[in-house]
Amino acid sequence: MSLSMPDFSQPESTKGKRPDLRRILAAPGVAAILTILGTVALWELAARTLNIPSYLLPAPSSIFSTFPSIGAERWAGHVWATLRVALLGFGLAIAIAIPLAIALVRSPALNRTLYPLLVIVQSTPVVAIAPIIIVVLGAGDAPRIVITTLICFFPMVVSTATGLAATPPELIELSRSLRAPGFREITQIRLPFAVPYIFSALKISVTLAVIGAVVAEFCASDAGVGYFIQFSTSMFKLPQAWAGLFVLAAMSLALFQAVSWAQKLLFPWSLPRKR
Amino acid sequence: MEIPAAIRFDRLGQVFETGSGRVEALRNVSFEVARHEFLAVLGPSGCGKSTLLRMIAGLLEPTSGAVEVFGRRVTGPREDIGIVFQKPTLLPWATIEDNVVFPVRHKRGRVGSHDRDRAQELLRMVGLEGFGKRLPDELSGGMQQRVGIARALHMDPDILLMDEPFSALDALTREEMGFDLLRIFGERPKTVVFITHSVSEAALLADRVLVMTGRPGSVLTELPVPVARPRGRETIKDPAVTELAAHLRDLLLQRDAA
Repeated sequence: MSLSMPDFSQPESTKGKRPDLRRILAAPGVAAILTILGTVALWELAARTLNIPSYLLPAPSSIFSTFPSIGAERWAGHVWATLRVALLGFGLAIAIAIPLAIALVRSPALNRTLYPLLVIVQSTPVVAIAPIIIVVLGAGDAPRIVITTLICFFPMVVSTATGLAATPPELIELSRSLRAPGFREITQIRLPFAVPYIFSALKISVTLAVIGAVVAEFCASDAGVGYFIQFSTSMFKLPQAWAGLFVLAAMSLALFQAVSWAQKLLFPWSLPRKR
Repeated sequence: MEIPAAIRFDRLGQVFETGSGRVEALRNVSFEVARHEFLAVLGPSGCGKSTLLRMIAGLLEPTSGAVEVFGRRVTGPREDIGIVFQKPTLLPWATIEDNVVFPVRHKRGRVGSHDRDRAQELLRMVGLEGFGKRLPDELSGGMQQRVGIARALHMDPDILLMDEPFSALDALTREEMGFDLLRIFGERPKTVVFITHSVSEAALLADRVLVMTGRPGSVLTELPVPVARPRGRETIKDPAVTELAAHLRDLLLQRDAA
């Protein structure tokens, strides 16, 4: 079973031939990289020729030049502060969401009582509760982790519960006819069947976790990439703020990719098969 | 004392309460299946054939009447019954061998080498020797359904319930599977209740055919299959089988026209 991305773009006619330009362009990722490079080049050109003031839209070159001036150590400190909160919040969300989803599927009574409550919690804008949570939980990582968890656990609950319920009814009947213990119906049938659902939720939630960590930093913090962006804008150092934004985007992408890799590595059968 | 039948339905009725009202699925169904008898149940769609199976397996309580298995009233799921479903419904993450031993793992939590040996033996019996380490989606639909049969036989049940097991297969594979069943049950007789839409399949495989009416389902008639065992490929051409198949077809068509 291949661990590489499915290749949809390979044209049949060029297979087996000497690599030519068309073939290189069709290789996975090449088009995306070229598009990004092209956008950056256009942006640079526009910023220089149109004389756009750097507080409106700094040129990419001035954004990238802030990276060395900040220094690797300071970047690492901010990235680690944000990453730590995002990952702890994400982990806590998993630890709450999956048992909760199991409980909701196992107990119709709980589903009727708890589910509406969850929807209400989800409907409340987390950005608005964040300052309240910080007042209640005080300084430190705890309120930031709670905010992150709140923002990313709901998609996990809904998706996991959907997956648990989407198990073929025949297998549930098989389980019942064997008079097997109820927990094995969850561990051996329902949870594995929910894996694709759980992972699509994890991919969404891991990027939400970065948003949660940044929201928390905006409210109260003295470290982290979100704090760095806020601090930079207050000093009118816009290129520096943009650099922080790039770092956040890169973090989200890396986390998303990490979740995708984890699925490929741990549950290769849960991915659509390449034929 | 007379030996109790393997399965006995006694004036059984089943009514489902649905959102849109009462649905009477079965009415006054009485029949018996002897030990090691192969009973085919034939009838129009929605006549409650699958409901019958679920009641034998103890997955569903009858509204009225009773089901007895080996002389004892069915009150809940029984372990001495194997089920083959319409779709193979294998675990996509587990190898073929793990799928066959799944009932053991699911029931006891662990699997011994004896259970694996038995799985290998069953895979050989259903013609899938050497496929034990493959994953289900590497196998064709017919092969997957063979795995489903091996899984149902792993706990060595006295009774095997088969719910239109070949209906998702193409005509040729379906015929092959029929011959394989004849061979498998020729080696190890079982009490089988086999739900089907196919009159020729019923005539080829069964000792007796139970024809049901449409909703509410009830027994229209029971017909013995007057062909000795062992049966095989040539049985399909046996005049007794073709006559019975034609008669069954007429019965079903008459009911549809009425």
